[in-house]
Amino acid sequence: MSRNTLTAGLLLGPLVLLLLGNFLAPIALLLTHAVEDREVAAAWPRTAAALREWDGRTLPSEAIAADFARELADSLQAGTFAAAVNRLNYDSAGWRTLLARTATALPLPQGATLQALGRIDPRWTQRESWLALKAAAGPYTASYLLSAVDLRRSSGGGLERVAPNQAVFVNAFGRTFGISMVVTLGCVLLGYPVAYVLAGLPSRVANILLIFVVLPMWTSVLVRTTAWMVLLQSHGVINDLLIRLGVVSHPVELIYNRTGVYIAMIHVLLPYTVLPLYGLMRGLAPVSVQAALSLGATPLRTFWEIYLPQTLPGITAGALIVFILSLGYYITPALIGGPADQMVSSFIAFYTNQSLDWGRAAALSLALLLATGVCVALYGRIAGARETVLR
Amino acid sequence: MSLLQLLARSIGAVCVGGLLISCGNADTHRQVTVVGWGGSSQEAHRQAYWTAFARETGIAVKEDVWHGGIGVLRTKVRGGASGWDVVQVEAQELLLGCEEGLFERLDWQSLGGRAAYIPPAVSDCGVGSMVWSELFAYDGNRFQQGPRSWADFWDVRRFPGKRGMRRTPTYTLEFALLADGVPPEQVYAVLRTPAGIDRAFRKLDELKPDILWWTTVSQVPDLLASGEVAMSVTSPGRLVVLNHREGRNFRIVWDGNIHSVDFWAILSNSTHKAESRALLRYMKTPVHEMRLPEFIPTGLSNKASIAGLAPELKRDTPSNPDNLRHSVELDAAFWVENLEPLSQRFNAWLAQ
Repeated sequence: MSRNTLTAGLLLGPLVLLLLGNFLAPIALLLTHAVEDREVAAAWPRTAAALREWDGRTLPSEAIAADFARELADSLQAGTFAAAVNRLNYDSAGWRTLLARTATALPLPQGATLQALGRIDPRWTQRESWLALKAAAGPYTASYLLSAVDLRRSSGGGLERVAPNQAVFVNAFGRTFGISMVVTLGCVLLGYPVAYVLAGLPSRVANILLIFVVLPMWTSVLVRTTAWMVLLQSHGVINDLLIRLGVVSHPVELIYNRTGVYIAMIHVLLPYTVLPLYGLMRGLAPVSVQAALSLGATPLRTFWEIYLPQTLPGITAGALIVFILSLGYYITPALIGGPADQMVSSFIAFYTNQSLDWGRAAALSLALLLATGVCVALYGRIAGARETVLR
Repeated sequence: MSLLQLLARSIGAVCVGGLLISCGNADTHRQVTVVGWGGSSQEAHRQAYWTAFARETGIAVKEDVWHGGIGVLRTKVRGGASGWDVVQVEAQELLLGCEEGLFERLDWQSLGGRAAYIPPAVSDCGVGSMVWSELFAYDGNRFQQGPRSWADFWDVRRFPGKRGMRRTPTYTLEFALLADGVPPEQVYAVLRTPAGIDRAFRKLDELKPDILWWTTVSQVPDLLASGEVAMSVTSPGRLVVLNHREGRNFRIVWDGNIHSVDFWAILSNSTHKAESRALLRYMKTPVHEMRLPEFIPTGLSNKASIAGLAPELKRDTPSNPDNLRHSVELDAAFWVENLEPLSQRFNAWLAQ
């Protein structure tokens, strides 16, 4: 290895470490939550181990019941009880009450038999309860990932769809990608002419105008979103104007629906297409366009065959940034969208912050990450292929 | 009499605190970090309690702000020295945190005994900081004869216009059952059955086309004032303040409100436990507690302070006995257990 390469490597070192420590490692760590299932085994290790061996066809043995009762009492002391209860309660509501009731009844005077547990709550003499415990005995589970695509294991061991009134995520993913595509298209269509005009101006004027493009980026997304609420509401500025001008007689519904989400998101994300396009257009030498025009091509044909292909990398870059950023949006849809406009990230936020079901949050993140990765790869191929063809 | 005793006791505590400063090691700085909800609530607590407490006891009060979430508390306690001592928590967080040992057990004797407080404000791990409610309100300039109950809220023929509701299953399902004629004391018994949940969703189906779902309560005054909605679910605080300060005419419907209590809890890894206890005692002493509604229209937890409040302040507070008469107490245990499946069903229902 030459000295130069070595020096370059050393200089890059801090950046690589920073990326590893602050970016890749935390993400990887978080994503392991999507398949890890250790809470129950951590609280009741012997029970979990025994249940993993148990065939599940008949009720578990008395030895398991006795182990379970002892470990349940111990886990209260050790402080691992709550985590296990939360974990089980995510699967089906009711475990919290069942376990709390059982734990307060311990220790049992006549010894912890299945029958004695059954007297505390009849669910302990039902095979289904123990099967649910077995399913959570870990150490790994596919149930979070399955639930991220509205599937679950059936009692027979195969896969089945969740009940229609619980199926939200497949729709949410479709919606997220649909909204992101429309927003990307809107940003490119609106941003391209802006960048073109800016690139054609003398740089002193262009720099001043560019400030107006960049300035909104320095304002918080929340503020910009709220500003749109003021503009778009049914007695807001835009509707008042339309009514006063006699364009419409009743307020147009511009907010709390998909239209509002598109308008606000395109506005918020527009700079991300303008800037790369502007940079690229500014650097283009006008000779090819001049040559085409002087050789008799119409302006339209010149644009289509000469200018557009030259600016394609800028479109690709801008569109990709906007698309990826919109996939993660949730403040704007939450405030301006209706109930049918919520994107996947709002569900991730809900499971992370409110219900604290990090397994499910991680599974949804992983699914979103994978789907995004596939989209970006496909996009890169298509855009890359087009570029080579056009050259 | 008991009020006087409490007063005497709290003055005693303050004196002991003062003595400790003068006698104790001058290097150990006496301080307590209190964590509240931020915004106008934090401001009100500072003006009502913290500034005076620091002046009277010499214990420096540091502040921090959080927005709830048991995960934050878990990290703070299990992650080692957090610097947080006294934290304002919601009933759900108190329930979970108490189970998990995140909070210090309170010495109720020093707080004047459990009987001095309204029952929902008493817990092993926390003492009620504020009583709040969720209910609905409308702009009084819009209706001559306004709506008076949840049945009216659902009646779009008599009261035309959109309805604002919080985009969560919490409160929404309860309100639907109240509108369907379930008496307040039976709401959670009905919700604990699958048929009851179906009943709530069926009732919501009726109103669904007319509901505008909001996500943060600060949207409500604008939604009402702009006429975007005719009436809206809300917490009353902001509207009461706007009525007083800007002469608005928002009307609050207390019938069928849901009330709950926020708590003060001491983190179990607090490094200033004595100071934390002194702060709780100070805030819960009636003469001090009664200051809070001057700054924010919130309910109180000490019976003596509720009784002693001036009538014009009392009228709009959630802890006013008149306002608690036809009211549902939020069942934190129900929501801790059922939030997840019901949110999922609620979201699926919304997207239909």
